[in-house]
Amino acid sequence: MFETIGNILAPLTAILIHAAIPLTIILVYALVAIWGERKIAGFIQDRLGPMRVGGFHGWAQSIADLLKLIQKEDIVPTDASRFLFKFAPFMMFAASYAAFAVIPFSPEYIGSNINVGVFYLLAITSILTLSVIMAGWASNNKWSLLGGMRSAAQMVSYEVPTIATVLTVIVVAGSLNLMTVTEMQNGNDILGFLPNWFIFQNPFLIVAFIIFFISILAESHRVPFDLPESESELVGGYQTEYSGIRWAMFMLAEYADMLLLSLLGATLFFGGWNSPFGEFMAGPFWGFFWFMLKGLLLVFVMMWIRWTLPRYRVDQLMHICWSILIPLSFVNLILVALWEMIF
Amino acid sequence: MIEEQILETGKDTREMVINMGPQHPSTHGVLRLELTLDGEMVKQCRPNIGYLHRCFEKYAESVEDYAKVIPYTDRMDYVSAMNQEHGYVIALEKLLEVEVPERVEYMRVIVAELQRIASHLLGIGTFGLDLGAFTPFLYCFTEREKILSIFEKATGARLLYNYMAVGGLMREIPEDFKSDTADFVKTFRPKIKELNDLLSYNKIFIDRTAHIGVLPKDVALNYAASGPVLRGSGVEWDLRKDDPYSIYNRFDFEIPVGKGEVGTLGDCWDRYIVRVREMEQSLRIIEQALDGMPDEGDVKEGIPKRIRPKEGEIYMRTETPRGELGYYIISDKGASPYRVKARAPSFVHLSMLPAISKGALIADMVAIVGSIDIVLGEVDR
Amino acid sequence: MVNPIKEGWLTFKSIFTGMGITMRHLFQPSVTLQYPDEREELPPGARAQLYVNIDDCIGCNLCARACPVNCIDIETVKATDDVDLGKTSTGNPKRFWLTRFNIDMAKCMYCDLCVHPCPTDCIYMVPEYEYSEFDRSNFVFHFSNLSPEMVADVKEKAEDEAERKKKEKEEMMRKKAEEKKKKELEEKKKAAEEKVKKENETNDKGPENENSENDDKE
Repeated sequence: MFETIGNILAPLTAILIHAAIPLTIILVYALVAIWGERKIAGFIQDRLGPMRVGGFHGWAQSIADLLKLIQKEDIVPTDASRFLFKFAPFMMFAASYAAFAVIPFSPEYIGSNINVGVFYLLAITSILTLSVIMAGWASNNKWSLLGGMRSAAQMVSYEVPTIATVLTVIVVAGSLNLMTVTEMQNGNDILGFLPNWFIFQNPFLIVAFIIFFISILAESHRVPFDLPESESELVGGYQTEYSGIRWAMFMLAEYADMLLLSLLGATLFFGGWNSPFGEFMAGPFWGFFWFMLKGLLLVFVMMWIRWTLPRYRVDQLMHICWSILIPLSFVNLILVALWEMIF
Repeated sequence: MIEEQILETGKDTREMVINMGPQHPSTHGVLRLELTLDGEMVKQCRPNIGYLHRCFEKYAESVEDYAKVIPYTDRMDYVSAMNQEHGYVIALEKLLEVEVPERVEYMRVIVAELQRIASHLLGIGTFGLDLGAFTPFLYCFTEREKILSIFEKATGARLLYNYMAVGGLMREIPEDFKSDTADFVKTFRPKIKELNDLLSYNKIFIDRTAHIGVLPKDVALNYAASGPVLRGSGVEWDLRKDDPYSIYNRFDFEIPVGKGEVGTLGDCWDRYIVRVREMEQSLRIIEQALDGMPDEGDVKEGIPKRIRPKEGEIYMRTETPRGELGYYIISDKGASPYRVKARAPSFVHLSMLPAISKGALIADMVAIVGSIDIVLGEVDR
Repeated sequence: MVNPIKEGWLTFKSIFTGMGITMRHLFQPSVTLQYPDEREELPPGARAQLYVNIDDCIGCNLCARACPVNCIDIETVKATDDVDLGKTSTGNPKRFWLTRFNIDMAKCMYCDLCVHPCPTDCIYMVPEYEYSEFDRSNFVFHFSNLSPEMVADVKEKAEDEAERKKKEKEEMMRKKAEEKKKKELEEKKKAAEEKVKKENETNDKGPENENSENDDKE
């Protein structure tokens, strides 16, 4: 009997630990990232950002905001579809969170080492689109519906360049397993001193990275593609009717999405958990450090762009995607394949 | 089919009427735009105003003194207060036939041009903010703070000054005014270049504003547009050069005109870039005025004890940052005017909005309203 | 073919220029003043609150008349002759008790029109801007420093004085009227006496004339 309990408990514990680690990373990251965004916005705009809550540069500001949001009244609009309205934010967060299972955080740790890692990740992030439509429609609000529809169109369209660019890397790597992809970027062989990252292995992958970066800006609703939730035009888009912890869930899902796609970019193009110095500063914990550093650098670039550029109009957004990025990414795919064949 | 549906349900579902209501983050004040939309395209736009009406003209008739009206002229267009006062004061001086000392004239011009820069900074900043560029707004406001600090030292107030009086100024000019203004001029020129790099020639901004809200030359002239709106459509008309008042005929400056550089002539980008270039020309005027200003002279001596104009009327127009502001004053020998009418440029430009917004999307409506640069205080008075 | 490439290049160039500017600003010091720990010094003439130096006020009401929104409320009582209120610091003699000098700062529009007409410069604007209140009636600033008993006392004295003066005036008028009557009576008397005298004189003059004529004939 103890054997059967043991047989059930052991995998269960393993699952729980594997579930808790990315969750902790996401939550800590979200608190830090929201504070960081406000501080970066402040410093770019010649001002200070949060300063008072918690003492040193207001580091406890996100915690205070979270506490405030938790104690708010739970408002569900009168004629809204109650179940869908309540379910949408949690589904969005669940989709972002579930995709963290295949990200290789360190040489010794990956949530679930499946052979179709990238495929699984891209499939799960499509659920985000569903939840956005759900939120927009279930709010019983003209503006929310408009925002939800626009947002869904944007996300669906920009998935194509994302997939195409990811495909280019897979063509070079030869495997869908993210751990294998990272392991292939080990070593410092290019030009004698440059690390073996894919972005240095193939010049067309630089173009692929640029397209990939633009696409993930659009996937996570960041400026210059944030029209669905732009405050100055549509008041709030699909998030208008949400308040309190439900809205906090949307924010959390958006930041988790940002981190997810940045980490994906870091894995595919910048060597994942490989250190840029070869053997120096390498190892399981160093690997985690380098990986998070690369991911956070990409997140920083996303924030930097948000506070610099104005936003695009919806039809211009779609035009960029369908007329420019998609043809370019497919052409790039062929060129990368040719390069691989020749060299 | 559609007719049957309308007959049955009583509703016409082809077009949606949406209120870009009095409380909206993008309309510059309390303005209500009733938009009739077909999908996302605007078929018709009807502005509803009057939310900020404060009976300026009625008050001017009932007050006991012409000088008491000056603080109220400030409050019409609260963003460019000095230019409003300038117009009223010059109108009264013409009616009373009062001589104004040289030092006062120079000071008025410097202050009016500084106010023009401050007003354009606000207009440009909020225009960028509406389109999603959050940072240029704050850079513009940092510069505006410097101008407001200069004004605070000179007049005592930051936004609504009551500085000009008939025939003079209300307060003596402080000693460090000239050096402060010269410092400001020196530090401001590179900031315009920075603004151009960050916002004006940014491709995304150009994509949002070029070919949008095109105002053809004849439509602009028919609607009596003035100021940067008219100059953005290619008409070279500036009251400081074509109908000079005060001492503007002594200064050498150019009038920037929209040329359709990136897009059609008369679109939102043209109006925007006219404002940016006007700031540079204002800097030139300020430099020349600082050089030419006499250092001695009492600014209060020319103020008459009692303002009692003879019977008559006058229409005086001046160039404010928004356009042509006209004051029509009728006096009947009493202590208070018989009638003061203020012709506000923003009111005229707002009436043009339905004509230039045909076929625009909602996001474009925001850009068009921002590029006309209205201030609701002036529209409603 | 060329145009999209050119447009793409321009896009990236403008975006990177913009990003360079914001990156530069990221490392520049910020311009924020952290209120309330750091406050900005307002220049001395800044218009933030009205202040009246009540010892210098002569009660001329020029400021109340100049105010466009009628926020200054002044009540003055004429001082009796036995009280010497002294002079203001600018040399003007004070002749009025200021029993009420209220300024409603909630109505005030900070236009400075009351400051300029004051002949003794006793009303002026000070750069004090932190005077928020919870109750709107606290915005009425009372500048008069007379206690209510003093005010009642002064008013009573002034009324008494006014009555006294009125009575004096009436007395004087009466006296004048009396004297006038007296004078008229006297004059009438005099006029009557004169008439009688004149009649007597003409009677005397007749016989005297005949005697003179007889002397000449011999």
